[in-house]
Order: sequence, then C-alpha cells, then structure tokens
Amino acid sequence: MSGSDMTFGAELRPVSEEPKPAVRWWRLTGDSLFHAAAVFAALIAAAALFATVIAIAYDSRLSIETFGVWRFLTSSEWNPVTQTFGAFPFIIGTLVSSAIAMVLAVPVSFGVAVFIAEIAPSWIKKPIAGAIELLAAIPSIVYGLWGLLVFAPVFSSIEPWITQYFGAIPGIGLLFQGPPAGIGMLTAGIVLAIMVLPYTSSIMRDVFLIVPSSLRESAYAMGATTWEVAWDIILPYTRSAVIGGIFLGLGRALGETMAVTFVIGNSNMISPSLLMPSATIPSVLANEFTEATTPLYLSSLIYLGLILIAVTLIVRFLAVLLIRRLGRREGASA
Amino acid sequence: MKAVVARRHAVDFLSKILMGIATVVGVFFLLWILWTTLRFGIAGMHWDLFTKDTPAPGTNGFGLRNAFVGSLGLLTLSMAIGVPIGLMAGTWLAEYGFHSRLANAVRFINDIMLSAPSIEIGLFAYAIVVAPMGHFSGLAGSVALAVLMIPIIVRTTDEMLGLVGGDMREAAIALGAPKWVVISKVTWKAGRAGILTGVLIGLARITGETAPLLFTALNNQYFSTNMLRPIANIPVVIFQFALSPYENWQQMAWAAAFITVLFVLVLSLVARWFLGKVQVPK
Repeated sequence: MSGSDMTFGAELRPVSEEPKPAVRWWRLTGDSLFHAAAVFAALIAAAALFATVIAIAYDSRLSIETFGVWRFLTSSEWNPVTQTFGAFPFIIGTLVSSAIAMVLAVPVSFGVAVFIAEIAPSWIKKPIAGAIELLAAIPSIVYGLWGLLVFAPVFSSIEPWITQYFGAIPGIGLLFQGPPAGIGMLTAGIVLAIMVLPYTSSIMRDVFLIVPSSLRESAYAMGATTWEVAWDIILPYTRSAVIGGIFLGLGRALGETMAVTFVIGNSNMISPSLLMPSATIPSVLANEFTEATTPLYLSSLIYLGLILIAVTLIVRFLAVLLIRRLGRREGASA
Repeated sequence: MKAVVARRHAVDFLSKILMGIATVVGVFFLLWILWTTLRFGIAGMHWDLFTKDTPAPGTNGFGLRNAFVGSLGLLTLSMAIGVPIGLMAGTWLAEYGFHSRLANAVRFINDIMLSAPSIEIGLFAYAIVVAPMGHFSGLAGSVALAVLMIPIIVRTTDEMLGLVGGDMREAAIALGAPKWVVISKVTWKAGRAGILTGVLIGLARITGETAPLLFTALNNQYFSTNMLRPIANIPVVIFQFALSPYENWQQMAWAAAFITVLFVLVLSLVARWFLGKVQVPK
C-alpha cells in the first residue's frame, strides 16, 4: 500500500504533462474486463465437473428416495411395468465387458508401444503410430455400425469353434457356451478393446520415449536383449504412468455407449456365458432413455448414470494422478 | 551358460514376434473398419442424400438433407459456446494462473474432464437445459457438445501459449501495451497455429458424438433450423437407421458414417498439419 503511494508521489508533475485520464481509464477497464472474462471462463471449465455430478445426482433423487442405495445396487429386477428398478445386471454387464476389453487391450497396447518405441525401424515408426492414433479418431458410432453389420456376422462363424474348444474345458467352459449369435458380451469386449487400444498404447509409447537413454543404453551395453530392456528397465521406470494409461483406457471402456449398444444384444438377464447377450449402464441409458414414460423410470435411468459417473470419476482421477506422477509432458494426452 | 544365452535370445525373439503381431492386429482393425466404411459408404452414395429429407419408415428413396443441416447447426452453435470459453480459460491458465495452486487445480480437473464419457455430459445437458425447457432441443445438444469440446481447447491453448517466448511479450509490454492487448495482439497471434489445432481436434472429437445427442437434440424427421426444438442430426440418424430393418435406411447409415469419418479424418490431418507449424523454442 505504502509502496504504491510512494510511486504515486514520485510521479507528481505539472498538470499539463499528465497523460489523458480517458486513455488510462479505458486501458484499465480493458485489462480488468479481460482478466475477469478469463477467470470466469476458467471457473466455468472447472465447475463443469462438479455441476455434472450435482445435476445428475439431483435428477436421480426420486429413484434414490424410492429404492435407496443398497437395494438399487443389488436388485436385478428391472421392470418398467411394475416400476421396480435395480441396477445389478447392468453393473455386472459394464464391469465384465470392460474387464474383457482390458484383458485383451493391455497386452496388445504394451506390444504396440514397445514395438514403436524399441523395435520398429525409424522410417516405419511414424506411420504406425499415426495409424494406431487414427483408431481414436473414428467415432464410436462407426465402431458400432461396423461391429453390428460386419464384425458380428464374421464372429458368429467363429463362435461354434470357440464353444467346441473352450466350452469343453471344465470350469471356464461355462463362459463359452450358447448360440452363435455373433452379438453378446464377448463381442462388446472385443470391440471395446479395439477402441481402448489407441489410448493405452499412446500413453505407454509416450512415457517409454522419455526413459533416459543413458538408462536404456547401459542395459544394452551390459548385453541385455530388447525384451529384457523393455520388461526390466523401461517398464519399472514408467510403471505409474503405464498403470495410469491402463486406467485411462478403463475409464473409456466403462463409459463407452454407442459401440456397446450396437453389439451387446441388450438383455437384462445375467448369464454366466460370455457369448450371451447382456447390457451395460450406458447401453440401457441409450436404449431406454427416450422411452422412459414415468418420472420414476426416468429418474432410475439417471440414477444408473450417477453410479457410472461415480465409478468413472474415481478411475479417471487415478489415471490423471498416476500419469502426472512421471512428470507432466506435452503430448502425453490424458 | 550357453543354454542361458540361448534361452534369453529365444525369449527375446518370441517377444519381438508377439509385439509385431500386436501391432499388425491394431493396424489390421483400423484398415478393416476404414475399408468397410469406404466400401458401403460409396455404395450408399446418392445425390438425393443432399437434396432430400429423411424418408418416412418403409418408404423408398434417400435423403439426409435435414440431418446434415441439423448437424452443421449443432456444430456451429457448440463452437460458438465452446471456443470462447475454452480459449479464455486456457489463456487464464497460461497468462494469469501460471503454476499457482488454483491454476494447477483447474488443470487437474480439466484433465479429468478430458476423458469424461460423453454419455455423462449428455445427462448433464439434459438436467440443465432439457428438463427446465420441458422438451428436447438443438440448444441442449450444443451445450453438451461444447462441454465435451472445452477441455481439449483449454489444454491445447494452455500448452501452446506456454510455448510462446517471453521476449515478444516483454517487447510489447516495453512499448506500453496493457496486458490484454499484449495477449490478444501478440501472444494469441504467436500461438494461433497451436490454438487452431486445439479447436480442430475438439471439433473432430464432437463431430461423431451420438450418446449425448440422444438425451438432448434427439431427432427430427423433418427439415428444421430451430435450435430450440428437437433437430435432426447425422449421428442419431446413423443410430436409428442402422438398427432398422429397411435396406435403404441401412445404406443411408453407411453413407452418413462414411461422410462423418471422412470429415473427422480430414480435420485430424489438417490439425496435424497446423501442429507441424508450431514453433517450439529450444
């Protein structure tokens, strides 16, 4: 305070030499208006996260009051006629389809990332990395269209083979039985795996490339093979970001809507077989939202959305946290 | 000793083969999806798609004019909402917030929003626009798409303005320019290739978004430009037509998907080209 007073005092000079007050006034207003607009925009961008959670929680209040939390989570009855709603089959469907996707996508992503970072000759690195990233640019509705009209018919001709070989194994054989319809939990998992692949593999590749070359080269100098460098040197160094990338992919898989809606078959029965149709929280929302005729039905659907948001928020929070732990880098898009 | 070396090299060889296969599988699916979209898309191309509206169920004929116009309207309105907010928020982070605790908190939240499932954003737009209005509307769809787009623009603006060297800012300040003039006339200009990249990537991301539109813009069988009412749009049309039993509807779904993919790929390529123009100070 006193500092600025002193400066003001030092600037005292004859009236005729003072700058025109109008100019100064406009400048100050422009500056403060611009600053205020920037602050306001930043707050809107950040508040959107909280507003989303609050708005969805508020819209599901009717269903929360009617069914409570525990009953809604564990009940498997979803019946618009009797107005009884339970989320259990959709929670199972969401978790299982995402689990299949991650089991398939994580090893493949690791392979692609190591291939691009360590194995591929330099002239082929860029085209391959670009091609894998293009997978992320394709809209999910196109994955759904392709999954339903192209992949499902092809897959249905492979399914009898899967049933024959895997269905006979005691224990896990139960997972691979059923009519070869081409659509169902396994198809959804496979399509999700393709969609998740670019996200996990590009995070892995980006963090593999920032491993200090001294570390990598000393291992090679000791006679380590490419695989040993990848598994014993690069992976431990980048572990947190790799797990973050996996969580990022998981967040995508859990919330993916259109592609899953097309290929999962949309049945709210829980079946032990992965070849049978199922439903996920996003798919039931996409299918039934516009048909929800009663307030309780609509609010139960939004309640499903609230469960999804709670789960994906935790997953995404962990993903961003883990990826940042390795140091924030441009290009490592989270 | 020899056996150990042989085993290590065998493991190495096998792992390289498997990683090569993983990469081939990834690229194979990309080519398969693109090839099918191209083949069925070209087969479904028809001049009527651009001049006629979507035909009624069970009738012959082609037409997507109302959906194209609706989609363009939705994208334009969401850019009008999303670009200013994203640009200003990113500018605040890079020019005012720096690495203060508040700015880092905003960056963290923004990163979480960056990977938000679009269906959640659709429910949000339903809650804040559709429910109070009492009916579905193009405006609600644009709000949802804008919310999806903002985090991308915020992040790229923040990063790209960070790349602009301090010397240019200092030169402008030394000439007596107030801060807002420095930012709008110097910093933005220096970082415009990068900012534009962010806008294009954001646009590419929302172009094919379907899930949020199911809860917001819905669909309209007729031609309409009224954003306060339900409006036809390409993604929802693909969804409804693909699941229909009519052959001409399925063909139109492929044609619409082909045009969407083409648009998104061109946007991504142009964005990459602009990104190549960004000068990274060393």
